[in-house]
Amino acid sequence: MLLSILTLISKWAIPFLLLSVPLYGMLKKVPVYESFVEGAEQGFYTAVKIIPFLVGMMVAISVFRASGAMEYLSRAVAPLTALIGAPSEILPLAVMRPLSGSAVLGMSTELMKIYGPDSLIGRLASVMQGTTDTTFFVLTVYFGSVGIKKYRYALLTGLTADISGFLASVYICNLLFR
Amino acid sequence: MLNLIWFLLLASGIIVAAFNGNIEVVTEAALTAAQGAVKICIDLVGVMALWLGIMKIAEQGGLIQALARLMKPLMVRLFPSIPPEHPALGAIILNLSANMLGLGNAATPFGMRAMQEMQKLNSDSPEASTAMCTFLALNTSCITLIPATIIGVRVSLGSPNPTEIVGACIFATSMAMLMAVSLDYWFRTRSPWGGKD
Repeated sequence: MLLSILTLISKWAIPFLLLSVPLYGMLKKVPVYESFVEGAEQGFYTAVKIIPFLVGMMVAISVFRASGAMEYLSRAVAPLTALIGAPSEILPLAVMRPLSGSAVLGMSTELMKIYGPDSLIGRLASVMQGTTDTTFFVLTVYFGSVGIKKYRYALLTGLTADISGFLASVYICNLLFR
Repeated sequence: MLNLIWFLLLASGIIVAAFNGNIEVVTEAALTAAQGAVKICIDLVGVMALWLGIMKIAEQGGLIQALARLMKPLMVRLFPSIPPEHPALGAIILNLSANMLGLGNAATPFGMRAMQEMQKLNSDSPEASTAMCTFLALNTSCITLIPATIIGVRVSLGSPNPTEIVGACIFATSMAMLMAVSLDYWFRTRSPWGGKD
């Protein structure tokens, strides 16, 4: 019930916005088309401004992953997973989660194919996929769009949140699905 | 810190590849990733233009400011350094709402807009402001009410109950968000990194 409401909202949200905002503008006597074009002009510059930041970050992450270094890292921290009650198959996902969204989606799909979507591993992979974001990517894009090069403590906050999200996923899956 | 992480990602990757005797993957990965990054940005142009255009209408009609006013009690606590009713707050609210609804392609332009407004308050410094750090803490840990991608994967793999993970996702993200907000608050108020602006 709740879910079908949520699905309905997500299906209607964009058409709703595309109608209601210009309608509101018309009522407020905003020159809607002119305003739209004025705002849209910024889209190009903003997207282009991100390019150097994203190239830098994606090259480093891609080299790290393709070389196999990522796998060594997840193997090195593997003993920790037993400690928190997670199957060790899930660890590469947790390590990769903040770095690359597409890699994680590929990995969790693979895990669900092998173990089944409703195994503990499959469910855990699903929950981790739906939890937290690709922190490195988001920070690179958002800070890059305004030319920020010094992130201060933002990365540390984001990564700690990712770890908390991982621990919470393991906890809740063990509780609900074991 | 970022300089070090970036260097370590690259250097450890190249060293591992060299030891494994497959140094050629480095070249391939680096070049493909560089091209891929540009493609992502170019793909962003259209969506970005669409939503920034819609947002301009909302702004000139006063809708963004009204939204900021509505959420003021919460926003002044989370973002004490942004003046109440500043357009940045409206953009932040739009970004987080779009994130929650799983509208990723609308969330990014709203987020960029929020960053630009905050950068004005930051007098175009190359260093992040505390408000930006708080915003990104919220953004990266934000609850998604409908994790559509993963539900899709589960459906395609024949799960009899593809949506049963939604509750668990909401629990786990809430924990992550709680952590992010408290840690950000601690950094902002108690650590030597905070204080500025």
